[in-house]
Amino acid sequence: MPDHPDASPPDTTAATGTTRHTPLMVLTWAWVGLPFAYGVYELFQKLTQLFAG
Amino acid sequence: MAGEERHRPIFPTPHGFLSRSRTVAPPTWSRWLIPPAALSVHLAIGQAYAWSVFKPPLESALGLTGTQSALPFQLGIVMLGLSAAFGGTLVERNGPRWAMFVSMTCFSSGFLLSALGVATRQYWLVVLGYGLVGGIGLGIGYISPVSTLIKWFPDRPGMATGIAIMGFGGGALIASPWSTQMLEAFGTGTGGIATTFLVHGLVYAVFMSMGVLLVRVPPDGWLPRGWTPAKVAARPLVTTADVSACNAIRTPQFWCLWIVLCCNVTAGIGILEKAAPMIRDFFSGTATPVAVGAAAGFVALLSLANMTGRIVWSSTSDLIGRKNMYRVYLGAGALFYLVIALAGNTSKPLFIICALGILSFYGGGFATIPAYLKDLFGTYQVGAIHGRLLTAWSTAGILGPLIVNAIADAQKAAGRSGPALYTTSLYIMIGLLVVGFLANELIRPVHPVHHADLAAEAATRQKPMATRQGDA
Repeated sequence: MPDHPDASPPDTTAATGTTRHTPLMVLTWAWVGLPFAYGVYELFQKLTQLFAG
Repeated sequence: MAGEERHRPIFPTPHGFLSRSRTVAPPTWSRWLIPPAALSVHLAIGQAYAWSVFKPPLESALGLTGTQSALPFQLGIVMLGLSAAFGGTLVERNGPRWAMFVSMTCFSSGFLLSALGVATRQYWLVVLGYGLVGGIGLGIGYISPVSTLIKWFPDRPGMATGIAIMGFGGGALIASPWSTQMLEAFGTGTGGIATTFLVHGLVYAVFMSMGVLLVRVPPDGWLPRGWTPAKVAARPLVTTADVSACNAIRTPQFWCLWIVLCCNVTAGIGILEKAAPMIRDFFSGTATPVAVGAAAGFVALLSLANMTGRIVWSSTSDLIGRKNMYRVYLGAGALFYLVIALAGNTSKPLFIICALGILSFYGGGFATIPAYLKDLFGTYQVGAIHGRLLTAWSTAGILGPLIVNAIADAQKAAGRSGPALYTTSLYIMIGLLVVGFLANELIRPVHPVHHADLAAEAATRQKPMATRQGDA
């Protein structure tokens, strides 16, 4: 248990665990983040109509 | 043997890759990999709220009425409530990977069946595919990551579930323009719609599979670094005990929360469902009427408030407590409605600000409920309890639009116009929010008689298993 990156008490493998998962972290957050950003961009395109009208 | 039969589940427990035991996180796993897994499911199934994009092309291609073209969506929402309510215990037992896999299979198959239905001009197949099969995917998918997120983030359950449930709101933001662009590219005839459905089914299957592969449950007894349950349990209403789903629905707390959610959602849907015609009707007789394009912009702004409220308010609830947060949703929500009713069409910015507040509380109410359940009933079967509570959503989904539409139609028939079309509805919404506020005030900690003895239950479960192994 203590050797889990987010676990208690303090451990020395925390940084290693995070570093090991950095590419996976970037990939997975981009996987969901990019489509979401596209949706928000399209939403803001529509929003301009409110202030133009 | 009779006791043995009693403990044998109706559905077999999954083995291999989908089994709960295969999803236990290795020691180096980061809990920040779980929110994207949850989002990959919620961003996909949130497409349901963009169904309206398909309505006009379906109506013209298959000769349907507006009521008929709404059927797949309506059945889908009914199935969402039913599958979340009745599938919650299965989700808890079989784990999040199994649940996400079932959700992915049902949701994607729903689109594929719909593609076949449109291509062969068999509309019943669209209703069956998207509504029935896809609806099961919606319900199981909606509750699939809740319990897992709460276990990974016991220190910030509101924020964690807020991220996932914000994804459900965000799903429509992605699907609406994406589906529109695809229909423009493939055409709005039966061939074009069928191809669009086919592409949706395949793309969503790939997109959701990331969640299936990535999701992990924490090892038993895992806690975030430097955090102890005692820190949270010091707050009123927060328990360190556990209550089973069967026991939870026997408590007054569950039904008080059911009323809270139902009233909050009814009040929000009342505005959300009629947003575009409402703002146009309100200011139709003024010097600054609202154009169709501006009304569409207003709807987009409400979507943004709904989505932002889910993450912002549910994260705030981690700081100020769940009961206080619902006091804000219901109390301030009622005040916003009162301001709209009293101000009428005197100020457009005031109308927009109040509507934004109401919609942000609507979203926040959805996103904060899992953490409230965790506070009251513990983490043991919080996903299953959440599933049962979502029947309040199904009820509100019928009540909200019914109230606003019926009253607006009646007022129009009586020759009224402008804000007068909605004034009665607004006061009914205020009344509902006050009822919800009172129900929230009645919530007290769950009586210990409902707490589960998990050690005893585990021993009971293992006994017949051992007997079966002996038999074999």
